[in-house]
Amino acid sequence: MKALAADLSGATGASMIEAVGLSKSFGPVEVLKDVSLAVYPGEVHAIIGENGAGKSTLMKLLAGHLQPTRGELRIDGETATLTGPVDAERRGIVLVHQEILLAPDLTVAQNVYLGRELPKGIVVDDRGMNEGARKAIRNLGADVDPDVVVGRLSIAQRQLVQIARVLLVPHRVVIFDEPTASLTPIETRALLKVIADIRAKGVSVLYISHRLPEVKQIADKVTVLRDGRVVASHSTSELQLIDMARLMVGRDVAKLYPDRHAAAARETILEVEDFSVPDFAQHASFQLGKGEILGFAGLVGAGRTELMEGLVGLRPGRGVIRINGQPVQFPHVDASLKAGIAYLSEDRKGKGLLLAEDMCVNLTLASLDKFRRGLQIDRAKERVALDKAIGEFDIRASRKDMLVGQLSGGNQQKLLLAKMMMPDPSIIIIDEPTRGIDIGTKEQIYKFIAVLAGQGRSIIVVSSEMQELIGICDRIIVMRSGQIVGAVAGEHMNENEIVVLATGVKSGEAA
Amino acid sequence: MTDFAADPRKIRKSWKDIDLRAVAPFLALALLLVLGAIANPNFISIDNLLNVITRSAFIAIIAVGATFVISAGGLDLSVGSMVAFVASLTIMFMNSGVIADPATMLAAAMALAMLIGAACGLANGLITTAGSIEPFIATLGTMGIYRGLTTWLSQGGAITLRSPDIQSLYRPAYFGSVLGIPVPIIIIAVTAGAGAFVLRRTRYGRHVLAVGSNEDVARYSGISVGRVRTMTYVIQGLCVAVACLLYVPRLGSTSATTGLMWELQAITAVVVGGTALRGGVGRVWGTICGAFILEIVGNIMLLSNFVSEYLIGAIQGAIIIVAMLVQRSLVRKS
Repeated sequence: MKALAADLSGATGASMIEAVGLSKSFGPVEVLKDVSLAVYPGEVHAIIGENGAGKSTLMKLLAGHLQPTRGELRIDGETATLTGPVDAERRGIVLVHQEILLAPDLTVAQNVYLGRELPKGIVVDDRGMNEGARKAIRNLGADVDPDVVVGRLSIAQRQLVQIARVLLVPHRVVIFDEPTASLTPIETRALLKVIADIRAKGVSVLYISHRLPEVKQIADKVTVLRDGRVVASHSTSELQLIDMARLMVGRDVAKLYPDRHAAAARETILEVEDFSVPDFAQHASFQLGKGEILGFAGLVGAGRTELMEGLVGLRPGRGVIRINGQPVQFPHVDASLKAGIAYLSEDRKGKGLLLAEDMCVNLTLASLDKFRRGLQIDRAKERVALDKAIGEFDIRASRKDMLVGQLSGGNQQKLLLAKMMMPDPSIIIIDEPTRGIDIGTKEQIYKFIAVLAGQGRSIIVVSSEMQELIGICDRIIVMRSGQIVGAVAGEHMNENEIVVLATGVKSGEAA
Repeated sequence: MTDFAADPRKIRKSWKDIDLRAVAPFLALALLLVLGAIANPNFISIDNLLNVITRSAFIAIIAVGATFVISAGGLDLSVGSMVAFVASLTIMFMNSGVIADPATMLAAAMALAMLIGAACGLANGLITTAGSIEPFIATLGTMGIYRGLTTWLSQGGAITLRSPDIQSLYRPAYFGSVLGIPVPIIIIAVTAGAGAFVLRRTRYGRHVLAVGSNEDVARYSGISVGRVRTMTYVIQGLCVAVACLLYVPRLGSTSATTGLMWELQAITAVVVGGTALRGGVGRVWGTICGAFILEIVGNIMLLSNFVSEYLIGAIQGAIIIVAMLVQRSLVRKS
């Protein structure tokens, strides 16, 4: 590290890493076209753009995971060819992946030091690695036991472990690919502070995010990619959030959230009374009105997902559920689907869709009863349904027989929505409806949710993005540590009130 | 990323769209036939080919069931022992003489065999799903149990069908033919046809593939994962029973070594046929093709003189490895 720091002091003026006319093609498709950008020491440079704009490809080129088709990389002003990620790491260029790449059966410390274990004679220095890992994670503002296996951590905690692992490599350029996608506001704040710290050491940071307020807060420069090209590159101070959004989408996005008319009294369709999911949620009671959009806010780990999974029969839970006044019980998710409740998992790729199958198989998987013709599945009917879903939910794919894993995140989410709408549910529970998808698709998803509510369906939205809940919901319930701690509606629906409820800390509260 | 062409018919099917992994086993089979013809002209005669296919019947039929189990992400190591167990019980029932009329007795014994097969499969299924024990371990256990019970029933010797009436009545089930086609080949075709229909065309088949592809997605889609998996083992048990129905008239006798190592041959046939061992992809006709390949390789080795037939196990082992390597290199393009 010392040698690197010495390098830095002498390098002012020259760019740390620079892309000159970089292009990358996969087969006949050019996903990155003539991209140039330069990152200077002690600078946070944000790359924003919709899904499919080429951000991740650009990052992979800069970190040596991919080789450019045309153009060149310059490191410290000199042309360089990165032979692979190991070569890039050797030069101090590290990448924090968007996906979690950890071994779930190894402990936190073992993962942090995987491939560079600390030796102690001929064995590994477990104590030293535990200490090192604990410190590295504490630096990120979190407290995770280094002895726990990663499989038992929440997604947010895993993300932090992954960041800690990368920052342990001596680095001059750190590339973050959507690091906050699964983090709560508190963890996000801690991470942004870490980024500010490493910037202060003269390190260059490349930062990809969909969350524009974060970009505005942390970045010195913003480069906007659209369809593989750089469409703008400015100092952050010159851009307002709305400008960034407009540049990303390429058109006006005056309104992200659809108009909603506050309804008068709604008849209650779902009543939950004293419902508990062991270890995750206790004594939850709430009601859902017909045509209502009800939000569930809270920190990651507050038990929102588990409560919903318990309600639909995906986890054991006990308590009273009434639909239209009738008590019901759902031992399996099959039963809740039949009763008209659809649950869309937050884990789109792991629990929502079969990535190795085509769109048709996915679309009808939860509703195959409707596609029976005698003993067989009526394939013609399936294809008609797919055409209809593609039109209705604006699913964009170059081919209908494309594997779902090849669709962009936004299109996967639209397909998942279409899939869970196939059984024609009257109550729809959507967990993290827009995680990791671009702003244009977000706007569409919000519109779909509003339309479904307008049809008289009742909707529960679980989300860690408070702005989104405030933008689309009629009412928001806040959970903390497995308990429902309050609900906000109307003028009380603002970020401050929700944070106070979610964290249990009042800003003016005496200690 | 572009939108769909307005006319869906414009999506052309070209040779590039063919999934090579689905076709590879059939190409390999064709290649083997050519090789065999070169090695020994007698090989390609209709008689020899019918003979070879007939002999592959046991493995082919069992492997149809294994295709279901493996597609759903499971594994059944007990099928070889199960053959010995089911066939032994069937013969003992026929020897018991509880029904005097040979035809009625035979029908009852066949029904009993199917029942026992289904019950053995159900046991495997419930141990893996309700007991949530890894299928490898669970069926390793039942493999020992079924084999051990057979050894005990036979007291270490053989169990032989005694009634000559039943014997003569039952003999055509293996040795007979319809319109020149040996009965076992017809049974292979019927079993595979039914298997392929269920796996490719029905709701249950779709559920099997979904469970094998991603258990969580299946569960979140309202599919009862345990029930689907258990049923695959029952189907496997039924296929074993069908194989027993052909096995008994062929030899009329079982012993503790009946069906030894058949589980490995069945799994080899499934994998060579293009079904993914991790689940999610199932190809019944590929499996049949795989079973043929195994038998034909043995036959070619017998007919030709340049490789000792004692090496047959080694060659079959090599085939499974080569098949996996080929599959890996043929990544599906889409």
